[in-house]
Amino acid sequence: MTVQEIKDKIQSGLPGSEVEIQDPYNDGVHIKAIVKFSGFSGKSVLEQHRMVYATLKDELKEEVHALGLETKVS
Amino acid sequence: MEKTLQDKIEGLIGSQKTFLFMKGTPDAPMCGFSAGVTNVLRSLGVQYGSFNVLSDQNVREGIKEFANWPTIPQLYIDGEFIGGHDIVVEMARSGELQKKLGN
Repeated sequence: MTVQEIKDKIQSGLPGSEVEIQDPYNDGVHIKAIVKFSGFSGKSVLEQHRMVYATLKDELKEEVHALGLETKVS
Repeated sequence: MEKTLQDKIEGLIGSQKTFLFMKGTPDAPMCGFSAGVTNVLRSLGVQYGSFNVLSDQNVREGIKEFANWPTIPQLYIDGEFIGGHDIVVEMARSGELQKKLGN
C-alpha cells in the first residue's frame, strides 16, 4: 500500500474530496491524511473520521497502524 | 463478538468516568498516539482508568469492533466513545473535551 494508493482510496470513497498525505518519516506507516470534503458538512469530527476510515477499511487492518487524520469541510 | 469479551470491554469502560484503551501504560506509553492522549489527560488533571491492549490480544482486536473504530488509543467518557488521538487533541484545543469531562 503506497501513499498514493491511500490517497486514491480516500478520494474514490469520498468523491470530490481534496486529500493531502503527509509521510514525515517516509516509511508509509506513520502517515497523516488531511481531507477536505463538502460531505463533512453538518457532521461531527467523529463522524467525519469514520467516513475516512470507511474508505480504508482493508488497509487499516494491517499496514497503516497509525493514520493521523485532519478533516475539514470544503 | 463473544459475549464474555463484550462484557469485559463494557466492564472496563464502566469502571471509571474516563477510560482509555492504549498501547502501554500512562507511565510508559508504547506508541506516540497513546502518549499523546495521556499527555492531554495529564495536562487537564484528569483521573482515568486505562487498559494496555498489548497485554491482551482479544481486547486489542475486540475494542476495534466494539467501537467500529480501527485504531488505538480509544477514549471513553461516561461510557461514550469520544475518539482517537487526533479527535482528543482537537477537542482539548477547542475546550469541548473539558466540557465533557466537567459534566
